[in-house]
Amino acid sequence: MQKQEPLLSVRELSVAFKMRGGVLTAVDGVSFDLDRSQRLGLVGESGAGKSVTGFAILNLVSRPGYIAGGHVFFEGRDLATFSEEEMRNIRGNRISMIFQDPMMTLNPVLTIGQQMVETLKAHRHISKHEAEKIALNKLQKVAIPSPEKRLTQYPHEFSGGMRQRIVIAIALLTSPSLIIADEPTTALDVTIQADIMELLLNLCEEEKMALLLITHDLAVVSQVAERIAVMYAGRIAELGSTEAIVNAPQHPYTQGLLKALPQKVERRKRLNQIPGSMPSLQERPPGCAFYDRCELRGEICHRESPRLVEKNAGLVACHMVKDTTGKEEK
Amino acid sequence: MKLFKKITASNLFYNFLRDPMAIGSATVLLFLLVASFGAPLFTSHNPYDQTTIDIMDAELPPIWTGAADADSRFLLGTDPQGRDMLSTMLYGMRVSVLIGAGAVVLQSLIGIIIGLIAGYKGGRLEALLMRLADVQLSFSTYMVAIFISAVFQGIFGMGVYSDYALGLLILVIGFAEWPQYARTVRASVMAEKNKEYVEAARVIGLPQRRIMFRHILPNTMTPVLVISTVQMANAIMSEAALSFIGLGMPPSQPSLGSLIKSGFDYIASGSWWISLFPGIALVVLILSINLLGDWLRDYLNPKLYKD
Repeated sequence: MQKQEPLLSVRELSVAFKMRGGVLTAVDGVSFDLDRSQRLGLVGESGAGKSVTGFAILNLVSRPGYIAGGHVFFEGRDLATFSEEEMRNIRGNRISMIFQDPMMTLNPVLTIGQQMVETLKAHRHISKHEAEKIALNKLQKVAIPSPEKRLTQYPHEFSGGMRQRIVIAIALLTSPSLIIADEPTTALDVTIQADIMELLLNLCEEEKMALLLITHDLAVVSQVAERIAVMYAGRIAELGSTEAIVNAPQHPYTQGLLKALPQKVERRKRLNQIPGSMPSLQERPPGCAFYDRCELRGEICHRESPRLVEKNAGLVACHMVKDTTGKEEK
Repeated sequence: MKLFKKITASNLFYNFLRDPMAIGSATVLLFLLVASFGAPLFTSHNPYDQTTIDIMDAELPPIWTGAADADSRFLLGTDPQGRDMLSTMLYGMRVSVLIGAGAVVLQSLIGIIIGLIAGYKGGRLEALLMRLADVQLSFSTYMVAIFISAVFQGIFGMGVYSDYALGLLILVIGFAEWPQYARTVRASVMAEKNKEYVEAARVIGLPQRRIMFRHILPNTMTPVLVISTVQMANAIMSEAALSFIGLGMPPSQPSLGSLIKSGFDYIASGSWWISLFPGIALVVLILSINLLGDWLRDYLNPKLYKD
């Protein structure tokens, strides 16, 4: 049976930064697939390479960074072979991106209407009037009250939550098939976070858009995403369905992350934490990057870096996890 | 009407009304501008019209001096050509302001475009453009201006020079000072281009030119506005200085500078008014522009806000 090709397919993607002390590999051979109208969460701590992965998909890694290897297939076509002109047609049109801080992503000197019309006109041959009509429609979709009035206002006239709604509306303008959301709620306070996440989830379902949600917040991801990829030190440590990751995490790092969540509140007890910190990407140890912090580490972990292989319900990059489904490891 | 309401409701206007210095200098500046650009309406006498000038009226003192030869037609006396001092000054100020404004427009056009490209593109192009600016800055404005005017006068003669003096001065002063703008703009572009809204504009897929001119440029306008006031004053002064050494506006269409110069030869013989009044006008003009610029700089610098 022929499986439908995924909307986005990232293969062995590597991104490196040229630094004074040599080359720093921020993303090291990351592969994952994202089907149409599917939602994938990319989780990891700061510096794990999540955001860089997002930018690399759009081929927007800025200097001194560069894509060191691998391919990104979007709708079956390799984005690396695209010209700058073709790439611009993908950005903001077929793939939209939402950033962390809505204070910063809107241009302070242009009105919301100007910015929305501009985005549309960059990709469609339509009149200003038509563009405004689409903009109004999208503002309604993200539940902005009295959108006609809002179009003539400047970003500073909006609250943080409102601004993020507008950023989402801008991302929706061209009805993209994929939205990359890079920590979309981190800069907002908790009550608004929930609203925005719910809005994003509903919109993705309504418009049949795929979502790549980049965040460090496992709780947020588990509510929205169908699948989760856990990144550690530039690699994917574990990838599987949200249920599998949350209920039966296999990689010791994922287990550590989940234990660190404040679930059952016990008085006067510190939350669990993973000891140590992520190794510097510049001096990556030869073996598993998690070796120093791992509870399960064995002798092989120090020598050989584990590959991402199918074990039990998902993909895990760990030597010590045993596959119990009966399939023998080669 | 809508625009008027928008202006009166703005913070700028609010702040303006609370600064006596700003109101004062703006009033003076406005008065000078209206007087000089409306000169044909207010003056009895057109200094460009040779037929109304009588050489017998030359060097008459201001009327209040009570001197025997003071003429009631000439409030501030007359210049060595027999032109009414007041009318000539107003026409002269118009020339000075025109040259100042023209030079600033030219400077900013060249400087902003070069600064924007250098700041945004970076790399070799930036190095090249900014070194070019450094070279330009290492020549003094006056040196460049003197050189060009002298060569022009030498080649084409004084007659042709007189016809093109206004445009030539704008060109010379404008070209000599563009690096000021280029440096300022480049510095703020470099700060702006790493902000997220620029990243967002790239993610949206906007073409580079649009990101540069529509997104980054308006955000760098604050310092440009401030240096424009300073540059305007500088340009007017440069023109006055060039005219004073005889390389600026010809005596037939005097600017404030050439008026001061034409009176300078007569100061020793007691005709002080010919240099004094244009000199005062020049100082007041420059001072009001600079004070207004100072206020604008303070207003636009949020670090200096005190409520």
